[in-house]
Amino acid sequence: MVKKGDYVEIKIIALNKDERAENLPLDTKNFPYEGKIRGYLISDSNIGDECFIETPIGRKIKGILLGKTGEYKHNFGEPIRELIDIGKKVREKYLKE
Amino acid sequence: MGKVEDFLNKSSEIMKKSLAGLDYDKFEMKNISFDYKALMDSVPYDINDVLKIQKEYKVGKTPIYELKNINKIVKKLSKPGYGAKILLKDEANNASGSFKARRASLSLFHAKKLGFKGVVAETSGNYGAAVASQAAQMNLKAIIVQEVFDSKWIGQPEILEKSRACEAYGAEVWQMTVGPELFYWTLVILNETGYFNASLYTPFAIKGIETLGYEIALDVYEKYGKYPDFVLATHAGGGNITGTKRGLLLGGAKETKVIGVSVDLRGLHMASDRDFNRKSFTTGHTGFGVPFLVKPDRTDVPRNAARALRYIDNYFIVSQGEVFYSTILLAQIEGLERGPAGNTALAAAIPFATKLPEDKMIVVQETEYTGAGKHPFSELTFAKKMGVEVVLGNPKDNIPGKRIVIPEDVSWLRYEEMNLNELKLSYLKHSAQDINEITKNDLIFLKEEVNEVNSDFVERFLYEKGVKING
Repeated sequence: MVKKGDYVEIKIIALNKDERAENLPLDTKNFPYEGKIRGYLISDSNIGDECFIETPIGRKIKGILLGKTGEYKHNFGEPIRELIDIGKKVREKYLKE
Repeated sequence: MGKVEDFLNKSSEIMKKSLAGLDYDKFEMKNISFDYKALMDSVPYDINDVLKIQKEYKVGKTPIYELKNINKIVKKLSKPGYGAKILLKDEANNASGSFKARRASLSLFHAKKLGFKGVVAETSGNYGAAVASQAAQMNLKAIIVQEVFDSKWIGQPEILEKSRACEAYGAEVWQMTVGPELFYWTLVILNETGYFNASLYTPFAIKGIETLGYEIALDVYEKYGKYPDFVLATHAGGGNITGTKRGLLLGGAKETKVIGVSVDLRGLHMASDRDFNRKSFTTGHTGFGVPFLVKPDRTDVPRNAARALRYIDNYFIVSQGEVFYSTILLAQIEGLERGPAGNTALAAAIPFATKLPEDKMIVVQETEYTGAGKHPFSELTFAKKMGVEVVLGNPKDNIPGKRIVIPEDVSWLRYEEMNLNELKLSYLKHSAQDINEITKNDLIFLKEEVNEVNSDFVERFLYEKGVKING
C-alpha cells in the first residue's frame, strides 16, 4: 500500500498500439505510446492500481501506480580510459614550457 | 484515418488559442510564401527591450574567453602565418545553464503579460530546464513534455538528467516513450490546460536569441576593435543560427559568417525504438539539423520563425567522439568543465582554425552546464552498455550507432563540410512540390529562403522543373 501524499510515479497509456501515428518504423509500431509522470498520491492505493496524483503544479492526473519515486539512477558513469589522459597527452606534445 | 491524424487535423484552433494574439493566417500569401519579416516584426520588443527583460531574469551578458592553450595548439598544428584565434562564449552561465534561457525568457515574459497561467513546451533538450527556470521566476506553471524512454523504459542518461532538472525547477514533467506522437501529446495537454505554447519556434523564441549574436558583436568589437570573422553555432532546429545571425547584424557585424555545426548521426532513424538509445547526442545532430534546414515548417507552430537556410553561411558535421574529445580537452587544458552537447561547435572550431590565417577570429557561441548524465563518461558508459563500440583511433572510422572513435591526438580532429547547395535544392524541391505556377512574391520569398537573392539559383531550379512565374 502506498500512502496518500507520497511522491509517486504513475504510467499513462497515451495511445494503444493500433492508435499510433501512421508511417512509424516497425520496431516502434509494436508498442503502445506511453509516458511516466510524477506527483503526490491523492488517496492510498496499491501498486498496479489506477490512481490519481496531483502534479507539482497542482493538476490532477489519472494513471497506473508504479510506486514511490525512487532515487535518480543516472550518474557520471565510469572514467573512460580513452578520454582521461587527453590533457596530459596534449600538454606533453604541444604545451611544453 | 488514425486517432492521431484525426486529432492533428483539428489542431489549428488549439494552436491559435495557445499562441494568443499571434495569428499566423495574416502572414500567409499565395501560393507558397508568407511574410517572414512581418512575422518577426510582430514581436512587440526591440533588442534593447529584450536585453532588459533578460537581465531581469538572470539571462545574458555571459563572458567571452580566449581559449589560450587551445589557441597555442592550433598555432602548432597550422602552417606558418595560419591558425585563427578561438573565443568561447560561456553560455552555461545563464540561469538553467544554457543559451536556451534566452529563448525561454522572452516567450514566457510575453505569455505572462498576456495573462496566461502556465506554459507547455515539447522538448528533450536544455530548453525544458530553461522554460522551467523562467517559469519559476515569473510565477507561471510549467509543463515539459519529453521523449525519454525506449519500449523497455531505458532512458538515455542525458535526457534523464534533463527530466531531473525540469523537476528541480518545479515543473510537471511528462517522460514519454519514443515516437513522433510527442507533438500530438503536447497538443492534448495544451487543449486540456489552455496554457501558452512555449514552442521553440515562435518569433519570441527566436528574438530571444538575437541578444546572443548582439552581445558577441559588441563585446568582440570593444575588446579587439573588429568583429569576429566567423561564429560557429551548434545547429539542430535552426533557432540558434537564425537568432545569432540576426543579432550579429543588429550589432553591426555585417560581414561575420555564421557556420552551423551538427553531430553526425546520419543513418540512424529518429523515430526508431532501437536507434533511440544508440545515439549519445540527443540534440544538435544531423537528425534534426538536416530536416529543419530543408523543411523548416514541419514543426509545432504553423510557420517556423527559425529559418536557418536564410542565415547559414556554411554547415559542418563532426562525430560524437570528436565532441567528447573536445569536451575533455576544454576541461583539462582550459579549466572549463562543460556539457558535451554544448561543445559541438568547439570540436569543429579547432580544425577549422588551423586552416585560417592567423589574423582571423572565430567565436564558438555556446557552452552548456554539465552534471550526472550530461557528461562524456556517463554517455560513453551508457553507449557501451547499449553495444556501441568505443575505440581510440581516427574519427573517420566513426559509424553512428555502432562505433564511437575518440581521436588519438588533437591533430586528428576534422569536420566534414556539407554541400549547402544540395540542401538548398532539397528545400526548393519540398517547397515547390506539386506546383506548376508561382507568383512573383513567391519567387522573392524562395530567393530569400535559400539566401540566393542576388543570383539566379532559384530561377534556374524553377526553369528546370518547369514551374512558371505568373505576373
